[in-house]
Amino acid sequence: MPPRSEGPEVVPISGDDDVVRVRQLVRTYAQQTKLSLVDQTKLVTAASELARNTLIYGGGGFARVEEVSDGRRAGVRASFHDEGPGIPDLTLALADGWSSGSGLGLGLSGARRLVDEFELDTEVGRGTVVTVVKWKR
Amino acid sequence: MTADAGRAQSLTDLMRTEAEPLIGKWVDAVAALLRGRQTRSELERDFREFYAALLPLVGNDGRDVSGPEFGDIRSLLDEYSRARVRAGFTPSETASSLFSLKRVIFDLTENSDDPQFYRQQRAFSGLLDALGLLTFESYAQARDEIIREQSEQLLELTTPVVKIWEGVLAVPLVGTLDSARTQVVMEKLLEALVETGSEHAIIDITGVFAVDTQVAQHLLKTVVAARLMGAECIVSGIRPQIAQTIVALGIEFGDIVTKASLADALRHALRREGVDVVRSRAV
Repeated sequence: MPPRSEGPEVVPISGDDDVVRVRQLVRTYAQQTKLSLVDQTKLVTAASELARNTLIYGGGGFARVEEVSDGRRAGVRASFHDEGPGIPDLTLALADGWSSGSGLGLGLSGARRLVDEFELDTEVGRGTVVTVVKWKR
Repeated sequence: MTADAGRAQSLTDLMRTEAEPLIGKWVDAVAALLRGRQTRSELERDFREFYAALLPLVGNDGRDVSGPEFGDIRSLLDEYSRARVRAGFTPSETASSLFSLKRVIFDLTENSDDPQFYRQQRAFSGLLDALGLLTFESYAQARDEIIREQSEQLLELTTPVVKIWEGVLAVPLVGTLDSARTQVVMEKLLEALVETGSEHAIIDITGVFAVDTQVAQHLLKTVVAARLMGAECIVSGIRPQIAQTIVALGIEFGDIVTKASLADALRHALRREGVDVVRSRAV
């Protein structure tokens, strides 16, 4: 793990091990930014969900993790990129308990509740980018 | 010696006639490099074998070392690299063993101005480079194997099922809970339930850093499987931050009994078993 890295760090997501790697990286950043333990856990869990989505539904991709600041407070931003099939029905995808796979159907909707900012950019056939930010309180 | 070298017909002949002193110098060079971490006699035994396998290959420039004529040296180097990994040598140290032979040969022939000789030497140098790279590959491969072995061992090690009371089993989970781990945990737990005839199992997740939907799903499946066998599962070790995360995620644990600590879970299980734990009065 880098001690205190400048700029974003990019991790490819192509297997289960990578989900763990992304989780560890996000955790390192969350600790660096001194998020509270609860916020650390929330962000790491959200990252875990999103990384797994990238892997399972997006067919792999990469994650970008960086420290951000809006002038008043610091935070951690993580984005998950894939060039998979995209999400045709966003409302459905963000509904609790709905899954196109075999999961619990809480990953995407749950991740949204775990973070402060959630942005989803998707286009059918082109891919999906999910960006989340957790601010230090 | 070097004057003779100039007149020698080929590098092969020279290496054959000068074998003993060459091997000696080679061993000296590498022994100095490794600073006593391997004895001269061990090195000499290995290098004698390498030397014998190398001799018929002199003249080959090592551009393609996949042919059958390289079979001997390849397996020797493979074995050598693997032994080096286990003994804790670095990949550079391993490859340097081969590269050291270059200098020994160059020293022997430095005064020769025969262009024929120079070409042979250049080819030999290329050959050693290629073989040196082979040791790198073997080294990396051996290391990957060790890592794989270790992660398999870790999987077994970190999922013990322990009997903590008559009729009560405990499974302390540590680290990451993925599908493979869950499978091992579930199998072990179900087997232990049958073996011990236990009716209560405590799954302790104190050591699990994050509970995401996948982990939750795995836990739920394990609990349901145990329930089908007539055992009740208690999930313990749910720390405050995990509890808040689970709520935010929207995961429902339904009617599964959850406890904050293993002690609470044990107390619950004992009560269900009809066991009362009372402090003995001081006599």
